[in-house]
Amino acid sequence: MLIITCPWCGARPEVEFRYGGEAHIARPADPSALTDQEWADFLYNRTNPKGLHAERWRHIHGCGRYFNALRDTVSDFFVTTYKAGEPRPDVEGSGS
Amino acid sequence: MSHLFNASAETMLALHRAPRNDASQVHGGPRTAGVYFPSEANVQKFSGFELFRRAFGGHKSWQPQWRNPEPKAEYDVIIVGAGGHGLAAAYYLAKEHGIANVAVIERGWLGGGNTGRNTTIVRSNYLFDESAALYEHAVKLWEGLSQDLNYNVMYSARGVLMLAHNHHDEISFKRHVHANRLNGVDNEWLNAEQVKEFCPPLNIKSMRYPIIGGALQRRGGTARHDAVAWGYARAADSRGVDIIQNCEVTGIRRNAAGAVEGVETSRGFIRAKKVGVSAAGHTSVVMAMAGLRMPLESYPLQALVSEPVKPAFPTVVMSNTIHAYISQSDKGEMVIGAGTDAYTSYSQRGALHIASHTLDAICELVPQFRRLRMLRNWGGIVDVTPDRSPIIAKTPVPGLYVNCGWGTGGFKATPGSGHVFAHTIAKDAPHAINAPFTLERFRDGFLIDEAAAAAVAH
Repeated sequence: MLIITCPWCGARPEVEFRYGGEAHIARPADPSALTDQEWADFLYNRTNPKGLHAERWRHIHGCGRYFNALRDTVSDFFVTTYKAGEPRPDVEGSGS
Repeated sequence: MSHLFNASAETMLALHRAPRNDASQVHGGPRTAGVYFPSEANVQKFSGFELFRRAFGGHKSWQPQWRNPEPKAEYDVIIVGAGGHGLAAAYYLAKEHGIANVAVIERGWLGGGNTGRNTTIVRSNYLFDESAALYEHAVKLWEGLSQDLNYNVMYSARGVLMLAHNHHDEISFKRHVHANRLNGVDNEWLNAEQVKEFCPPLNIKSMRYPIIGGALQRRGGTARHDAVAWGYARAADSRGVDIIQNCEVTGIRRNAAGAVEGVETSRGFIRAKKVGVSAAGHTSVVMAMAGLRMPLESYPLQALVSEPVKPAFPTVVMSNTIHAYISQSDKGEMVIGAGTDAYTSYSQRGALHIASHTLDAICELVPQFRRLRMLRNWGGIVDVTPDRSPIIAKTPVPGLYVNCGWGTGGFKATPGSGHVFAHTIAKDAPHAINAPFTLERFRDGFLIDEAAAAAVAH
């Protein structure tokens, strides 16, 4: 089980959290202007990287808030977590 | 004495060899001169007679089942990934389309990925027409596969029983039964007593969610996962396919027009105008080499086996509601499938609470297994699409094909998937069966939403 550091509540076990998928996928500003391919990219296509992954988590059995994390998908090591709305931290490599 | 036996063995081998070569000329189908490489494996047909005959030589005359060739400079087709699906595609390319100048490139060893990690279940009781056609195509191939490959894949149609624990399960499964039967797929509804009769070890009453019935596909069952990879590898190799292990693809080279020219590997550049990617959990990584973003996410999926015991469990049992599935291997181990972790990962290991959750359910379902000790627990990386249906298709890159998105249930489809993927590559157009399973369905809105129809929710 992973230990995940909520930016508000601190380190807690993984079962307190829900996974929210890839982070920083911005909702289209003008949805009606999108082509079908742009909709597919927004809804379905994902980076799915082997390495650093920016992702959303929600602390459902705690503060209930969404936040973002940078995790290495090879080692599952959390490099950092940060509040929703903040830009992705500029971290190189796996950090593990 | 031993000299005498060896001499007679050689004579018999020569006799055995001659009619086979004649037969291959008559029945071999379209085969271009110069691309067919008869190997030792080709003449090493397995039979009860051969087993008996070679016993006289102390079984020392058996040859390796496939070669270990150096990569050539160029092939007609390169398949990336020597799992069951990739090897099957290579086999059917050689057998049905006369394209034997094929390399299967594998980062590790053949059958060492999800082919060797799954719970070996075969079934075709999917809800939608498109899925039923695809998986039923595979089951039909399973039924004759051992004979076709001359390799015992141990397909055992012992039945797949899906348990209903509440009214929703019941109406959902009955809907499946009717949909399946309209598609020519066998499936039948059993009430609780019939479930108990078919699988006596089950506890149908004294549990939190009692069993109220189940859907049984009698033609479903299991097959030996390793034998499937080995059988396809041997059969493909004997038709001239090069299986190149310990060779990692590091790039996909394209020409000015964007079409595929070949693959960069850890053992140098290999040229090919057609590349088929069959890389399961690593599909996103390989496709990114050609600049493509895929509708895929890779998750760890766990399985466990118990210590081997005497035959105690006659069928495959699945429960979506309490999340467990179990069958007994021919070695005697109880093979148990757990769930996926919540997050994407390439770590090939899952969390303990996922596995223990499944074991809780198993102990309720089959109380006598509470005393079983678990022998091994492992994880594999599965590539999951948004609609939980696979993608077997051409891609926007000319010459690049992909077979992926099998998620938590690709093993059962191995023969059918390889068969239609080979067709797609050979003809540069999909087979009627895989025509709906395109990459463009996500753009055009034609999803094949089998998410709720999977055996257990992942």
